[in-house]
Amino acid sequence: MTVGVLALQGDVREHAAALADLGETVRPVLRPDDLSGLRGLVLPGGESTTLSLLLESSGLFEPLGEALRRGLPVFGTCAGMILLADRVLDGRADQRRFGVIDLTIRRNGYGRQVASFECDVEVAGLGADPLHAVFIRAPVVEESGPGVEVLATLPGPAGQPDHRRPVVCRQGPVLVTAFHPELTGDRRLHQFFVEMTKEERR
Amino acid sequence: MTDPANDSHPTGTFTVKRGLAEMLRGGVIMDVVDAGQAKVAEDAGAVAVMALERVPADIRRDGGVARMSDPALIEGIKAAVTVPVMAKARIGHFAEAQVLAALGVDYIDESEVLTPADEAHHIDKWAYTVPFVCGATNLGEALRRISEGAALIRSKGEAGTGNIVEAVRHLRSILGDIRRVTEADSAELYGWAKDLAAPIGLVQEIAETGRLPVPLFCAGGIATPADASLVMQLGAEAVFVGSGIFKSGNPSAMARAIVEATAHFADADLVAKVSTGLGQAMAGQEIGTLGVHLAERGW
Repeated sequence: MTVGVLALQGDVREHAAALADLGETVRPVLRPDDLSGLRGLVLPGGESTTLSLLLESSGLFEPLGEALRRGLPVFGTCAGMILLADRVLDGRADQRRFGVIDLTIRRNGYGRQVASFECDVEVAGLGADPLHAVFIRAPVVEESGPGVEVLATLPGPAGQPDHRRPVVCRQGPVLVTAFHPELTGDRRLHQFFVEMTKEERR
Repeated sequence: MTDPANDSHPTGTFTVKRGLAEMLRGGVIMDVVDAGQAKVAEDAGAVAVMALERVPADIRRDGGVARMSDPALIEGIKAAVTVPVMAKARIGHFAEAQVLAALGVDYIDESEVLTPADEAHHIDKWAYTVPFVCGATNLGEALRRISEGAALIRSKGEAGTGNIVEAVRHLRSILGDIRRVTEADSAELYGWAKDLAAPIGLVQEIAETGRLPVPLFCAGGIATPADASLVMQLGAEAVFVGSGIFKSGNPSAMARAIVEATAHFADADLVAKVSTGLGQAMAGQEIGTLGVHLAERGW
C-alpha cells in the first residue's frame, strides 16, 4: 500500500522524503489514475490558487473530492490545509476546495513574507519535546468547529493572547497544519499521519 | 499587517527565506508591469508575480536606464493579487532594495535585466528580512550570490529575446558542474572552490548533497509551453516568464498553457494539448544579433 503526495506544485520532494524516511512507498499524484489504491494522501505546501486551478485542469478535483468524502486519510500543510478547509476568508471567489474539515481559514493571516517566522509548538500526542515549526505566509485558523480536535495552538494576536490560534487540527481522517513540518528533519507529524492511514483501514 | 504576536518569534531566517522559494517549486512566476497584468497572471495560475517597470523585450527595444518599478504600481499589484509579489532592484542598488523592503514585497530580484547601479558589488542580502533571488550563468556565480545571502537562484538566460538557448546553456553549466563536484575527492574540492571563485564551505555542501543549498529556477527566454517543459526536464525547479506572456498574441491563454506545461512537464501528450491553438508566441531574437547581452551584467 502506497501513500500519495499531490505533485502538481509545491514542496513535494520534502514530503516524499519524510514519508520515505518512515519506510513508506510514495507515489506522486498528477492525474486521476494515480489515486487508485492509495492508503493516504499528502497535500503539500504551495500556492493554493495555483493548486486549485491545476486540480481542476488535471481532472483530479472530482475524483479526489470523492475519495476524501469516502474517508481517504489526508494530511494538508499550509496550502494543503486551505484546500481541505470548509471556509476560506480572503481567498479568490473562484478558488475551489474540498471542504472536509470544519475550519474557517484566513489566507496569509499572519502577514506577508517579511512576517514569516519559526517557533516551537507543543503538539498533543507527540510527546513532551516541542516541534520546531516553520510558518511561511501561513494561514490562520479563525474558527474550528466542535468536531475538530485542536492538537496545537499559538498565542493570539497582541491584546488577545488568550484567543489562541489552532495550528495543528484533526477531524477523523483529515490532519492539517498551518506550518511546514516537511521543512525540518522532525518526522513525528508524518509518523502520526502514517499511523492514521493504518487506523482508517480497520 | 505584521502580527505583533510574532515579535517574539524569529523572522527573516534563512529557513523562511528559502522556504518561500520551496513553496513556489513547480510553478510559474510571471513578469507584470501593472495591476491589470497581475490579475491576468493570477487568474492563469501564476504562483507569484514579478513587478518591473517594463518587460525585458521593451527594455531591449527602447533602451535607456531601467530601474525599480514605481511604488504606486507595486502597491497596486499587491492589492490586486493574493499570490506573492516580487519586484526587481538594480544590481548593487541597496537603496532600491530598501524601498522594496519598506513596501513589503515578498521577494526582491537583484536583476541584470535592470541597469546595474554598481559594477563591483552586489547587495549584501543578509542585511534584509525580505528574501532575494539572483541570476547566475554558472555555478561559481550562483555560489557567490548564495554567499551574499540569496535564498533562490535563477538562470539568467537572455531576457527579452524569447530565445531559450542561453537559459539552457546556464542550466546545463550549473547542473553539470554540480554533478562533477559530487564526483570530486576532498582535496579536489579546494581546486573547485578556487576555480569557481566560491566559498569552500558551499562547494563541500554541494559535494555532499548533490544540489544547490537553495532552489534553482529558470529565467530568460521562455516563450512557449515546450520551453517550460524543456527547462524543467533539464532540472529547473520552476520558471520565470517575462516577455513571453504579455508579448504573445493571447497572454491569458499563453500564461495558462505555460502553467500547465510546467506542472506536467514530463507529460508530452499534455504539453502537446496545451500548446495547440495558442496563437502567436512572442517574436524572438537571435542572440548573435543583440547589441546588449544582459546576462553579462553581474559577476
